[in-house]
Amino acid sequence: MLVHLINGISLGSIYAIIALGYTMVYGIAKMLNFAHGDVIMVGGYVSFFAMTKAGLPAPLALLLAIIVCTILGITIERLAYKPLRSATSLAVLITAIGMSYFLQNAALLLWGANPKAFPDMFKNAEAIEFFGAKISPVALVAIFANIVIMVILTLFTTRTKVGKAMRAVSEDKGAATLMGINVNFTISLTFAIGSGLAAIAGVLLCSAYPTLMPTTGSLPGIKAFTAAVFGGIGSIPGAMIGGILLGVIEILARAYISSELADAIVFGVLIVVLIFRPTGLLGKQIHEKV
Amino acid sequence: MSKSPEVKLVNVPSPNFVPEKDLGKPLVLEAAHLGIDFGGLVAVDEFNIGIGATEICGLIGPNGAGKTTIFNLLTKVYEPTRGTIMLGGKDTHNLTPSQVNQMGIARTFQNIRLFDKLTVEENVKIGLHNHIGYHTVAGIFRLPNYWKEEKKAHEKALELLDIFGMADLANVTADSLPYGAQRRLEIVRALATGPKLLLLDEPAAGMNPSETEELMNNIRKIRDEFQIAVLLIEHDMNLVMGICESIVVLNFGRIIAKGTPSQIQGNPQVIEAYLGTHRG
Repeated sequence: MLVHLINGISLGSIYAIIALGYTMVYGIAKMLNFAHGDVIMVGGYVSFFAMTKAGLPAPLALLLAIIVCTILGITIERLAYKPLRSATSLAVLITAIGMSYFLQNAALLLWGANPKAFPDMFKNAEAIEFFGAKISPVALVAIFANIVIMVILTLFTTRTKVGKAMRAVSEDKGAATLMGINVNFTISLTFAIGSGLAAIAGVLLCSAYPTLMPTTGSLPGIKAFTAAVFGGIGSIPGAMIGGILLGVIEILARAYISSELADAIVFGVLIVVLIFRPTGLLGKQIHEKV
Repeated sequence: MSKSPEVKLVNVPSPNFVPEKDLGKPLVLEAAHLGIDFGGLVAVDEFNIGIGATEICGLIGPNGAGKTTIFNLLTKVYEPTRGTIMLGGKDTHNLTPSQVNQMGIARTFQNIRLFDKLTVEENVKIGLHNHIGYHTVAGIFRLPNYWKEEKKAHEKALELLDIFGMADLANVTADSLPYGAQRRLEIVRALATGPKLLLLDEPAAGMNPSETEELMNNIRKIRDEFQIAVLLIEHDMNLVMGICESIVVLNFGRIIAKGTPSQIQGNPQVIEAYLGTHRG
């Protein structure tokens, strides 16, 4: 039981890191960036080639993946989403889905459809005994990384002036720009942070489940999006709670009910939560003005 | 080398005027031949204005005359179709709202646009954004520079809030303030950006006569203390006639009269367009 719980929290931590990207971009740009899951996949491939072809050590491979994904995120925003900033949300949504397929197919073209075996980054580390349960090092690293990221992001958005500017932009872009805040920079920064986090999530995900292919990012991406909605989209602690709950439910369902039904149960729980709390667990209740 | 013939230069009448006290100081704002079309509709045309360094100028006109459109042009929410806007002697062509804000123009909104979920103090600090000088890394790790700058920003925010006696409300969220206080907070937030020209869009809307009286004193106080110019849109004629040194009247996107309050009150065109009902 304990080992499943910890594995669940670990998987959930990876979902939470991905969900942060969805939730921050939604909070600032009011759009669902469905290409986010595929940025994870790109992060996975970059670190894979850095380790296998270039022979870089794991931390450098991770750093390279973060840099590439950050640049990719900013580029996607500039090229695909920025021209549509005043368009209807449906147009932006479709563009995001298109961008997702574009990235998947570009990966297919560049790197082929064959799954790649992701090298074990932690081959020197032993599994750790914890109250009789064996915990893999990847699981511990994922949980630890999630906590660190969450603390830094919370401090960033509440304590720094750029973070406060982000919250101002998320509330009212027009008023923020008239107060001297550079909205384009703020939005780019949000995409940069989200995509950098996606790279970290990609490396963790591929370490935990070491098959890498062009569609690797899409299901975890959808689940992390679910986690963001589950926790209340736009909320940073919501993404963390949503991610972890989703991971735990998935692993427990897989272990005790049925591994085929696990995903169905995950999405079933989402539906039930949204019936009772339409804005998610930590989402703000919106009172419509009549 | 042949010398070009000596020519005599003469003064030409400028379309603009400023109060005598501001003579000799550079104009804070000068707009010439300003205009904007929306599709085929000419919303504003031939708008000329010069605002002195410490002038309080009123922009009045019937509903739909184009007053807020002019604010949107001056703050570069819209790029003008025609004409030029000079802020402190610099052309603002193709600049963004955040850039002209940093050049010294700040505004409030007709329909209040505060950052509702942020506290009163945080709202003011957003205005101070470009005046807080610490690096993001310093902010995350709380380096000494962060504390110093954050303390400075905190003190500055409270000082600005104190103009309207709102320092004790610093920690409540903006959306929980009463209406009048939200209007005042918008002015404080705009002031925090350090403007040379403050644009107020119907600052007295929804205020009772005693609140309006207090607001008039505060606008004067802000002008005197910060030595800035104010351009305000207002329908409350007591306020306009009470504090404005000059008034520009707009109708159907064009200036129909300019002058001192007493000149405007006696102008038959203005009476016809705007005050007509008063004289029966």
